[in-house]
Amino acid sequence: MSTPLLEVQHLTMRFGGLTAVDDLSFTAREREITALIGPNGAGKTTVFNCLTGFYRPSAGTMILHRGGRKYQLERMEGHRVARIAGVARTFQNIRLFVGMTLLENLIVAQHDELMRASMFSVAGLFGFSPYRRAEKAAVQKARYWLDRLELTASADLPAGGLSYGDRRRLEIARAMCTGPTLLCLDEPAAGLNPRESDRLNELLLSIRDQHRIGLLLIEHDMKVVMGISDHVVVLDYGKKIADGKPVEIQHDPAVIRAYLGEPEPSFETEPSASPRDEDR
Amino acid sequence: MNYLLQQLVNGVSLGAIYGLIAIGYTMVYGIIGMINFAHGEIYMIGAFVSLIAFLALGVAGVTYVPLALLLVLVIAMIFTAVYGWAVERIAYRPLRSSFRLAPLISAIGMSIFLQNYVQLLQGARVKALQPVVEGGITLATGDFPVRVSFLQIFILAITFVLMAGFSYVIAATPLGRAQRAVEQDATMAALLGVDVDRTISLTFVIGAVLAAVAGMMVLLYYGVIDFYIGFEAGIKAFTAAVLGGIGSLAGAMLGGLLIGLIEALWSGYASVEYKDVMVFVVLILVLIFRPSGLFGRPEVEKV
Repeated sequence: MSTPLLEVQHLTMRFGGLTAVDDLSFTAREREITALIGPNGAGKTTVFNCLTGFYRPSAGTMILHRGGRKYQLERMEGHRVARIAGVARTFQNIRLFVGMTLLENLIVAQHDELMRASMFSVAGLFGFSPYRRAEKAAVQKARYWLDRLELTASADLPAGGLSYGDRRRLEIARAMCTGPTLLCLDEPAAGLNPRESDRLNELLLSIRDQHRIGLLLIEHDMKVVMGISDHVVVLDYGKKIADGKPVEIQHDPAVIRAYLGEPEPSFETEPSASPRDEDR
Repeated sequence: MNYLLQQLVNGVSLGAIYGLIAIGYTMVYGIIGMINFAHGEIYMIGAFVSLIAFLALGVAGVTYVPLALLLVLVIAMIFTAVYGWAVERIAYRPLRSSFRLAPLISAIGMSIFLQNYVQLLQGARVKALQPVVEGGITLATGDFPVRVSFLQIFILAITFVLMAGFSYVIAATPLGRAQRAVEQDATMAALLGVDVDRTISLTFVIGAVLAAVAGMMVLLYYGVIDFYIGFEAGIKAFTAAVLGGIGSLAGAMLGGLLIGLIEALWSGYASVEYKDVMVFVVLILVLIFRPSGLFGRPEVEKV
């Protein structure tokens, strides 16, 4: 088993009276795909927002290990979470820069390095060699990902023209270009047809196997979750109700109850209230 | 025929100046979706800094004209850039997450403040500068000789160089890519490691630098400035930006040229008194018939 990459401990997020995430602890590891699942409104996206610095959690810690150092994500500002701790994220709705070309989308993701090498574009204007080297490396990295996505032919076309599935994959490649340690994907398979969904799975598995990073996935498509994740964490009403390998989760009574409701003991006996009904 | 040619030469020179100012409007609008009404004042400050720099160089004994022009250009760019940066930092950044009208009101306030600030420091009277660049080339002789002054050539050359350099910055440098990325989706750009605040600051700085050049040229062209020139030139440059399609850089350049030409031709053939009226008639016509401008993309909302 690989070393822990992300340790979430007792994470709690309250909005006024509503507790969206309640005392959640789990671990994500390097070279593993960790899936975060649960019914709608279970608090999955809230966990992502805490991880990427959009929300400041009400309680708890999130520790990210990178290069032998520990970063406490809950204490870092949003853009530093991305730059320094290396947490990259994609959104449910695809957010590519549609007016820029595929290649530019991937180069923008390496902006920080380039900007430093170019000394705020001054050196870039005059073509000094450290900048030229950095730019060459950035273009190379971008080309590498375009090759991998089999999109090299459209490198100089605007990203807005891609098919939905390709846009999704380009968005993931763009996140990879930032050089992340943890890649957070919010429902990557949403809206994909079965063929696109398969290609997405291939991409995610190849990222897991070829890069030293961890993947954290929110997903509703159980075929994707069960097919590619190494480890599943199940949330319901902000609480963790199960944590384990996909096979274990599939047979976990608490999970089945959360998704399908309480099974009726028999048709004759008095109705046993399901937890869902009590809440209403 | 010669008369028309002369008006065209004058119009293009004037248009180049408007184009430089218009870029500031269009860039800021592109990146934060706000009309920076203090931009005309930034240009006015550029003109004043240039005037002070010319006088100081005169006292210091720099009489070689190309050197003086270069020094003044650099000094005006630096000081004006600081003003542009400070305006964004003080008046707009704190309001960025506020409701849409707040920065607009703040911009108008900033514009009034800067006008009064210069009026207090420099006085309300018109300031004049001795002609610095003299002479020219006669293109055609006859009843009505057509002359292109060296100053007009200088204005066009500088404008051309700046616009070419600037287009290159936007198209092919990390800063330009960052600007386009922030323009499209600032949150996502930040998540990818783009420093959004710094990118916006640099946008204001670039706009102010171009406005400073325009300020210096107007000073040389007309020889007189006062604290109020920013308003009129600002509104005309804004018209140029709207005409070209606000948010489009090529549009701002072309819009500036068209406004300059309209002004020169109207003054030449109709009446000098009504030249400003004509510019604003154009603004109204554009807003009615083609609100997205020549190069603007109409906003299509996907449902």
